[in-house]
Amino acid sequence: MKNPFEYLDKVLEHRVRLQIMSVLVTNEGYEFNALKELLGVTDGNLASHIKALEREKYISVSKSFVERKPNTKYKITERGRHAFKKHLDALEAVVKQQK
Amino acid sequence: MKEIPEYEKDLASIRTIMERSSKFISLSGLSGVLAGIYALCGAAAAYFMIHYPISPLHYRIYSVNEPGVLIKLILLAAGVFIASLVTGLWLSNKKAEKHGQKLWSPATRTILFNISIPLLTGGIFILILLNTGHFGLAAPASLVFYGLALIQGSLNTFDEIRYLGFSEIVLGLISAMLPGYGLVFWALGFGILHIVYGAIMYNKYDK
Repeated sequence: MKNPFEYLDKVLEHRVRLQIMSVLVTNEGYEFNALKELLGVTDGNLASHIKALEREKYISVSKSFVERKPNTKYKITERGRHAFKKHLDALEAVVKQQK
Repeated sequence: MKEIPEYEKDLASIRTIMERSSKFISLSGLSGVLAGIYALCGAAAAYFMIHYPISPLHYRIYSVNEPGVLIKLILLAAGVFIASLVTGLWLSNKKAEKHGQKLWSPATRTILFNISIPLLTGGIFILILLNTGHFGLAAPASLVFYGLALIQGSLNTFDEIRYLGFSEIVLGLISAMLPGYGLVFWALGFGILHIVYGAIMYNKYDK
């Protein structure tokens, strides 16, 4: 990578979005509330970042009812997995370059 | 564009979040030690029920064929299991609260699902063994299937659990070759190994 900064993904520059992607890359799927607790963010904050990731088609949403309660589950898409990996490689290259 | 330390923080946060989202780190080491002590008490009680006054290390050529003894042994094993489970849940819940986490998380759900497959298979298999009169293989089978369950569960918790699982399987296989010593191996596997690994985990993670 000549200039790793060029490879950084603008959408993933926010830390909360990066954390959401980290969770979804390691787990099969994650619910909204579990995600909120894990990351320690507010409903609105999490929802807005999720929307941004959805818009890029980095994650997919499935809504269902569990014991009559609405249940929203998120999964990473192939596109998202690829973007996450590319961003991670760029991050590592940026940090390495400075040392 | 952000500053370089910010990118380093990004990388660090990815690592911790990946770990925290998929691993159950509230598993209490102390509960392992206590489970081992319960198992040793259970093994001692079983010894007085079936062996006494013969030394436990003395090879036993007769099997558990007295009516009633088998039922008592099964109840004893179930008692040890329930006491260990309750202690484990209680202490792990306390540890989770201390870290501001919940016991019931996606990681614990995954663990429960993963270990239930070898545990249920093993349970049914042991019932079949007992039903067909293969009493000598019940203890080895319980060690082997328990070991398999631990290895499955270890994917989402501390690495020590995987080593404990391997130890249980090796012990179970040795025990299968020496059918008269089931109780001794049972005490080693569920008693001593739990105490040893529980103590290691207590020292490493509980303090």
